[in-house]
Amino acid sequence: MSIKQISVFLENKPGKLFELTRLLADNGIDMRALSIAETTDFGIARLIVGDAYGAARVLREGQFIAQYSDVLAFAVPDEPGGLHRLLGAFNDAQVNIEYMYAVLGGEKGRAYMIFRVTDTEAAERALTERGLTPLAPEEMEAI
Amino acid sequence: MEHYYQPEIECASREEITRWQSERLVKQVRRVYENVPYYRQKMEEKGVTPDDIRGVEDLKKLPFLSKADLRDAYPYGLMGKPMKECVRIHSTSGTTGKRVVAFYTQHDIDLWEDCCARALMAAGATDEDVVQVSYGYGLFTGGAGLDGGSHKVGCLTVPMSSGNTDRQIMFIRDLNATVLCCTPSYAAYLGERMKELGLGPEDIPLKAGIFGAEAWSEEMRRDIEKTLGIKAYDIYGLTELSGPGVSFECSEQRGMHINEDHFIPEIIDPDTGEVLPDGTMGELVITAVDKEAFPMIRYRTKDICSLNREKCSCGRTHVRMTKPRGRSDDMLIIRGVNVFPSQIETVLLNHGYAANYQILVDRVNNTDTFEILVEMTPEMFTDSIGQIQQLQKTLSAGLQSMLGIRPKVTLVAPKTIARSEGKAVRVVDKRKI
Repeated sequence: MSIKQISVFLENKPGKLFELTRLLADNGIDMRALSIAETTDFGIARLIVGDAYGAARVLREGQFIAQYSDVLAFAVPDEPGGLHRLLGAFNDAQVNIEYMYAVLGGEKGRAYMIFRVTDTEAAERALTERGLTPLAPEEMEAI
Repeated sequence: MEHYYQPEIECASREEITRWQSERLVKQVRRVYENVPYYRQKMEEKGVTPDDIRGVEDLKKLPFLSKADLRDAYPYGLMGKPMKECVRIHSTSGTTGKRVVAFYTQHDIDLWEDCCARALMAAGATDEDVVQVSYGYGLFTGGAGLDGGSHKVGCLTVPMSSGNTDRQIMFIRDLNATVLCCTPSYAAYLGERMKELGLGPEDIPLKAGIFGAEAWSEEMRRDIEKTLGIKAYDIYGLTELSGPGVSFECSEQRGMHINEDHFIPEIIDPDTGEVLPDGTMGELVITAVDKEAFPMIRYRTKDICSLNREKCSCGRTHVRMTKPRGRSDDMLIIRGVNVFPSQIETVLLNHGYAANYQILVDRVNNTDTFEILVEMTPEMFTDSIGQIQQLQKTLSAGLQSMLGIRPKVTLVAPKTIARSEGKAVRVVDKRKI
C-alpha cells in the first residue's frame, strides 16, 4: 500500500526552509521522513508526516505550494547488502525509481526507505509478487 | 447601443474638429507666450512668435516640451495662470525621476472630468450604473479623474481608492458595482483574490472595467475579462496632460480615441523630432489646446504608438491611437536589444503564468545579466524537478523568441513579488551606466 508524501516548493533563498520548519513546529507536526532536492535556483522539500492532509493545509495557509504524491515505504535490514537485495527485487520487477531517501530514526536492526517510482500501482503489484510488501500508512506511523 | 457623453463633440466632422483645434491653438499659444516666460524663451530660441501660428498646420513650428523641461521649471515655471485661479494640484509617483506637479483651474478640472465621462460612457456606463473607483485617490490622478467623470455621467460613485482587497470585493458584491476603475495589475490581483475566496465571475455584478495608468497586454486583458466576467477597456493619460482620459477605448476596441477638442496629437521620430505620417510608429506628442493652469504645448509623452484616422464604427470621429507599445521610459536596452516589459507579460500569460513578474538587470564583468522572477503557482508545481526545469526552459525559450535575447528564469515562492495596489514595480535595473 502506498503512503502520502507532501512535496513543497522552496525558493532558493535563506530562511525559506526555516519558515517551513517553523510552521510544522508551531502546529505540532512530527516529521517521519524528510528529503530535500535542490537545483541552483529552487528546491523541493519532500516529507512524510502522520496527517498529510492537515500538514498540507497548514503549509498552504502559510503561503507554501504543497502537493501530494504517492510513494512506497519498505523496511530494510540494517546490515551490509540490505538495500542492495531490496533493489534487486526492484530490478527484477523492472520498476523505475525516480528518487529515494531514508526515514529518520527507526528501531535497531532495521532501516526504512521511501521510494518514488514511475508507476506506483504497477510497482507495488510487481514487488508484492516477489514477496516485498510496502508499509501501510499505520505501519509507517508506528515506526 | 453606443452611448456618448457629448455626441456633438465626439462625433463632430473633421472640419469642425480642425476649426476648434486651430482657434484654440492660436489663442493658447498667445496666452502661453504672454504668461509663461519659460516657454516664451523656448519660442524665441526657435524664432517663432504667436503671429506665426495661424492654425493646426503651424503646430510643427513650435518647440517641444519634455520631461526635462518639467524638471527644470519645477514647480511653478510652467504655470499659465496665477496661483489664486488654481484650485487643485496632482502629482506623479516620481518613479522615473523628479515628480511632476500639475496645476488645475476649475476649467481644467471640468474639461478633464468631461474626458473621463466620455470614457465611462464609451464603456457602456449610464446614470443607472454603480462605478467603483479603485484607483488611488490623493495626488495620483486616477482616483480623482474617474471619480469626477463618474459624477458627470450621473453614476452612483463608490470612492473606494486602492487597497483592502477583501473590502473591495465585498463592496462590489454588496453595492452591486457594475463598472470597476483601477490599474490593470490591481484588477488582476482582485481576480486572484476572488479565486482564493472561491468566487467566480458569476458571483459579482461587474460588467465593465476601465483600466489604465500602466502598460498592459491583450493577453492580460483577456485574463482579466475571464476572471471578472467583464469587458475591459483601456484608458490613457498622463498627469502632465490632466490625467486619465486623454484617450479611451470605445466598444470597438481598436485603438483609443484621443479627445481631439482638447488634445492635438502628433507622432514624431523620437531621435530627429520629425513629424511622421499617420500609421507610422513613433513618439506621441500632445498639445493641450485649452488647459489653462498647466498648458502643455507639444509635450513629448515618451509613449510609442501610431495614429489611425479611419472612420470608427462606434460613430466617434476623433483619431485613434494604438495602445502604447511601451513608454520609451519603460524600455530597457539589454545587451543592445530593446526590451519592453509588456512583451514579457505577454509571454508569461501565454505560458499559463500569472502576470506577476519582476525583471532584474545588472551588469557583471561588462555583460548585462537579465533575469526574470516568476511566481510559482500551485497549478505549475509538480514533485518532479525535471518537469519544473522543463517549464523553466520552455518559458525561457518563449521569452527568447519574443525578445531576441534569453533571460534566466527564476521561480520564486507565491506572493513574494511586491504586489501593487497602485503601480507595480516591474523592473529593477542595477546597472550603473
